[in-house]
Amino acid sequence: MLRGWLRAGSRWLLLAALVGAVAGCSARHDDPNVVRFWAMGREGEVVAALVPEFERTHPGIRVDVQQLPWSAAHEKLLTAFAGGSTPDLCQLGNTWVPEFVALHALEPLDASVAASSTIQPADYFGGIWQTNRVDGALFGVPWYVDTRLLFYRSDLLAEAGYTTPPRSWTEWTAMLDAIKQRLPGRYGIVLPVNEFEPLVALALQQDDPLLRDGGRFGNFRSGGFARALRFYAGMFAAGYAPATRDADVSNIWNEFGRGHFVFYVSGPWNIGELSRRLPKDLEDSWATAPLPGPSGPGASIAGGSSLVVFHASRAKRAAWQLLEYLSQPDVQRRFHALTGDLPPRRSAWRDAPLADDVHARAFREQLERVEATPRVPEWERIANEIRLVAERVVHGELTIEQAQQALDARTDRILEKRRAVLARASAP
Amino acid sequence: MSRASPAAWWFVAPALVVIAVFFVLPVLAGLALSFTDFDLYALADVGNLRLVGLRNYLRLLQDPLFWQALGNTFYFVVVGVPLSIGASLGAALLLHSPLARFKGFFRTALFTPVVTTLVAVAVIWRYLLSTRYGMLNYVLAAVGIPPVDWLGDPHWAMPAIILFAVWKSFGYNMVILLAGLTSIPQDLYEAARVDGASAASRFRHVTLPMLGPILAMVAILTIAGYFQLFAEPYVMTQGGPLQSTVSVLYFMYEEGFKWWNLGSASAVAFLLFLLIFAVTAVQARLARRSVAA
Repeated sequence: MLRGWLRAGSRWLLLAALVGAVAGCSARHDDPNVVRFWAMGREGEVVAALVPEFERTHPGIRVDVQQLPWSAAHEKLLTAFAGGSTPDLCQLGNTWVPEFVALHALEPLDASVAASSTIQPADYFGGIWQTNRVDGALFGVPWYVDTRLLFYRSDLLAEAGYTTPPRSWTEWTAMLDAIKQRLPGRYGIVLPVNEFEPLVALALQQDDPLLRDGGRFGNFRSGGFARALRFYAGMFAAGYAPATRDADVSNIWNEFGRGHFVFYVSGPWNIGELSRRLPKDLEDSWATAPLPGPSGPGASIAGGSSLVVFHASRAKRAAWQLLEYLSQPDVQRRFHALTGDLPPRRSAWRDAPLADDVHARAFREQLERVEATPRVPEWERIANEIRLVAERVVHGELTIEQAQQALDARTDRILEKRRAVLARASAP
Repeated sequence: MSRASPAAWWFVAPALVVIAVFFVLPVLAGLALSFTDFDLYALADVGNLRLVGLRNYLRLLQDPLFWQALGNTFYFVVVGVPLSIGASLGAALLLHSPLARFKGFFRTALFTPVVTTLVAVAVIWRYLLSTRYGMLNYVLAAVGIPPVDWLGDPHWAMPAIILFAVWKSFGYNMVILLAGLTSIPQDLYEAARVDGASAASRFRHVTLPMLGPILAMVAILTIAGYFQLFAEPYVMTQGGPLQSTVSVLYFMYEEGFKWWNLGSASAVAFLLFLLIFAVTAVQARLARRSVAA
């Protein structure tokens, strides 16, 4: 009886193996003239409009654009890596670059950039270029940038007695206090508590790095991080900022239009959203400003996406040509017109429409002062812990010192494997 | 069973093989994985894979977030399951009442939440629960209760999730219980009425005992289902605020698919499996005893 069982079983297993083998064959991609390009979200939708010109100017090369939703992109890329079916060219959130470098999945680009006439590193904003360097080698070229700064209601700020936005933390606090005193019923600021970026931006303004010993341990015990966290939590404790999440549940743009709050720390996509969604008569009532620093204009976080070439690609040359094409300043301007994404090259900002956009101007200034977050594969998880711990501080469950200890403990635990891998790599 | 001919085995063999390949093998692989620290580095180079024995499990048992997730899940099950079965039974009794009108319409209406897309109704519920504009707070305000920040307050987020989950799922059990009610012979009720039993004692002594086995099954399925809470917090709160709606399964998802620590995520899955298995076993035993009594 059991033998019959086994025989039947082996037959099915054989069939399953055959099906697997056939599926495996059809998934091979060898053509060096077809670039499989994966792009995410809105960028994935619109980049197809830029492809025809590339195919016209590069006869013989065909581009196959695949669009991934952001929510599934990370999982899909890792699965593709595990299954050996990574694309040739890919858009990658720049905090993901170190992770894929750790997988040895990306092609180093230093030589290609040195030989390129289109891509000049000096033309790129320094902080954003830096996000693509891991352990001294370059693995990506910035495609668009994302950072956080101030959106504010200039009319309400004027009502509170100020005509220019704050440049330093001291000025900022004074304004928030004035709003609280003179504009009852309105909040001074909304800091989205479901994002780590506002607090990390404040922490990046400090001299102390977030991690120490080459990204082996957390450095949240430092005085710099304490300053940033104290300032951040203070805005909630003083009642300048609402601690609840209701702002994300209901419509933040309507709330901004109604003047429920004056300052809002957010990113470039809100230039487009606010221009579209606010009523016409509020058009001149809002503005943007660079993020204030501890003493004078401060740094902010260097986010955004890069373009990377995968190591396993058979079409590296063609993929690099597409990367160069997408990095040309005039193509970047067209890309900006399609998406509202901000270009990472100074030359792309020199002409209309970006040069004339009043709301983009603060971003232009801020981009000269963006800082890369630590480039370790575990960064996103650490950033998530920062957010969770900060939320506890805001709710009064942890003091600043307890939060610092908790963050260092959690970070050191997250980095335990990294330390082991680094030790193993350096052992003979 | 032991006398079954080899031919019978041949007939079930395809099903057994499918179960072995797509269920038993992955489960065993998962168990093996839970004794390693498989993660991103191991994916890059198998040399980075370390056998860690029970360390994943020990670490989990020391992780306050895991305990919090466990506590949240128990909270959800202990409050949600009685509420859900109570709502199902209540709705089934109402629909079964001879006084009920438009039965077909109400049956469909009450069943609708079960077949609607969770993500779509979650969007609507987020508006219902909104602090400033939500209907729920509007109703509360009418009776003089100040607004509650349902999804933003760590004390209220889980009750809001329970409310949503019960609303979403009670229709399913309602239909099963309704079928059970229909199958209770009318003569039992008539005999009880002749004996002078009130409506309450008819429910207590006729309806409940006759529904017993069905209620036991409904309870087992509902509890096993509620332990696997995931989609509701995933779409409504992403586990927040202050991780008050992180369930065990949500914790596993983050560990495995967000942070790619598949070893530790497998350990979570096995702990959850043991938990559901134990609870269900106790329950099945209780149900059997009460049926036998």
